[in-house]
Amino acid sequence: MTQAIERLKKTGTAAFTHLQCKECGAEYEATAQHVCELCFGPLEVKYDYDVLRRTVTRETIEAGPHSIWRYRPFLPVTTDTPIDVGTGMTPLVEARRLARHLGLKKLYIKNDAVNMPTLSFKDRVVSVALTRARELGFSTVSCASTGNLANSTAAIAAHAGLDCCVFIPADLEAGKVLGTLIYNPTLMAVKGNYDQVNRLCSEVANTHGWGFVNINLRPYYSEGSKTLGFEVVEQLGWKLPDRIVAPLASGSLFGKIYKGFREFVEVGLVEDKHVSFSGAQAEGCSPIAQAYKEGRDFISPVKPNTIAKSIAIGNPADGVYALDIARNTNGSIESVNDTEIVEGMKLLAETEGIFTETAGGTTIATLKKLVEAGQIDPDEVTVAYITGNGLKTQEAVQGYIGEPLTIEPKLDSFERALERSHTLNRLEWQQVLV
Amino acid sequence: MSVKVLIPTPLQKFTSDRATLECEAKTVAELIDALEESCPGIKARLCDDAGKPRRFLNFYVNSEDIRFLDNTETSLNDGDEVSIVPAVAGG
Repeated sequence: MTQAIERLKKTGTAAFTHLQCKECGAEYEATAQHVCELCFGPLEVKYDYDVLRRTVTRETIEAGPHSIWRYRPFLPVTTDTPIDVGTGMTPLVEARRLARHLGLKKLYIKNDAVNMPTLSFKDRVVSVALTRARELGFSTVSCASTGNLANSTAAIAAHAGLDCCVFIPADLEAGKVLGTLIYNPTLMAVKGNYDQVNRLCSEVANTHGWGFVNINLRPYYSEGSKTLGFEVVEQLGWKLPDRIVAPLASGSLFGKIYKGFREFVEVGLVEDKHVSFSGAQAEGCSPIAQAYKEGRDFISPVKPNTIAKSIAIGNPADGVYALDIARNTNGSIESVNDTEIVEGMKLLAETEGIFTETAGGTTIATLKKLVEAGQIDPDEVTVAYITGNGLKTQEAVQGYIGEPLTIEPKLDSFERALERSHTLNRLEWQQVLV
Repeated sequence: MSVKVLIPTPLQKFTSDRATLECEAKTVAELIDALEESCPGIKARLCDDAGKPRRFLNFYVNSEDIRFLDNTETSLNDGDEVSIVPAVAGG
């Protein structure tokens, strides 16, 4: 039952106090639980913002470690020694060539394709979840994953010396399976889609005494994504952007970037300003985009069929909240097809030198679609979130990026091949014009 | 029709801590009423004021979300398994 709870004893500058149901407001202790016992709404971590206002300044943050833990007071852990494997503080790159290509003036890429240690934004949420798991006394951690989370949980659990059992859909990309197995967790490949994996894990979660990062530890885990908001503010010189574009899977990331921005405003670290939130989905799994287009305030689940497997969640837990944010911020939610996703991956690579996975292709293709539809003012400071690395989803672009020119180790062979490549380029150029 | 029902942890206080129950019901709607009869108070947790399943709770019949079937009118057969699972998870 809900109860008047005793606030947690805090150490250092930790300001989190308790969990609260986002729907009915019932309060709970900050233990391993994720849904409200009364209405099943999601539980969210609450903070004492007066403490944060008094104790945190731009200077104290800038003096912190070069990782997400420079924002530790805004994260739900009490320890002074969190699991820090260099996660976060990824580059915010001004994308001049991509901006010019699209017709924008000020575009930035937040590049979590090079996040540490496993090259996706999931390292942020897992670093927080496993730090909290250790505080709550778990010795085994687990997750339901579309791939990136499996990589991250297995890697950071290995670093922290925690036992690990992760669940994935059996049809994941080879790179994501290999990139999990190398850390030697127990890996369960479930014959089904992610939503089925997720349901199974929800049933397992309370039976083995494990810490499931995105189930019973989900309130803590999801807070890690706020750092994607914090870092962008700091890297823009303590300013908010005008618009962000981010991929939507469960919708959690979207809401936490929003929460990160609002918290920095709330404690006076950044001047308030309107920020539009645009969400990106793959057409083959776009339950949130469909609800947005149809003006619905509820999500109808779908069965995923897209190459963007990392965001293929047909039954998104935070979908309704993502809808609210897009609508309330004058943003949008758009979907793009698999061909556009591959084109998006290629466009980002060719203009900015960033090789992202399918989720990033979805984001770039959506950005392009929004610009072409006149929904983004060229003068807006826009930040596109790239959340994963293309080396993990090579299957998606195989066959669309050409082949190397195989030559003999002889000068004339090279010259012939070079001429041929120029001819090919010209032909391609002519075809585009026709 | 005798069906097996999987009860999520937050509702097990209504079922004397049992994680599974056997119930007689021909549809999911009937099942919810049958559960209320054997575990008084549980229906108010499963359903909102309008009597519809809460939006943060998912029902599955033999692993299929009832929203892909006939919602609460989904028919049940002898030996079916119904899972009641909190929706907020994953991602």
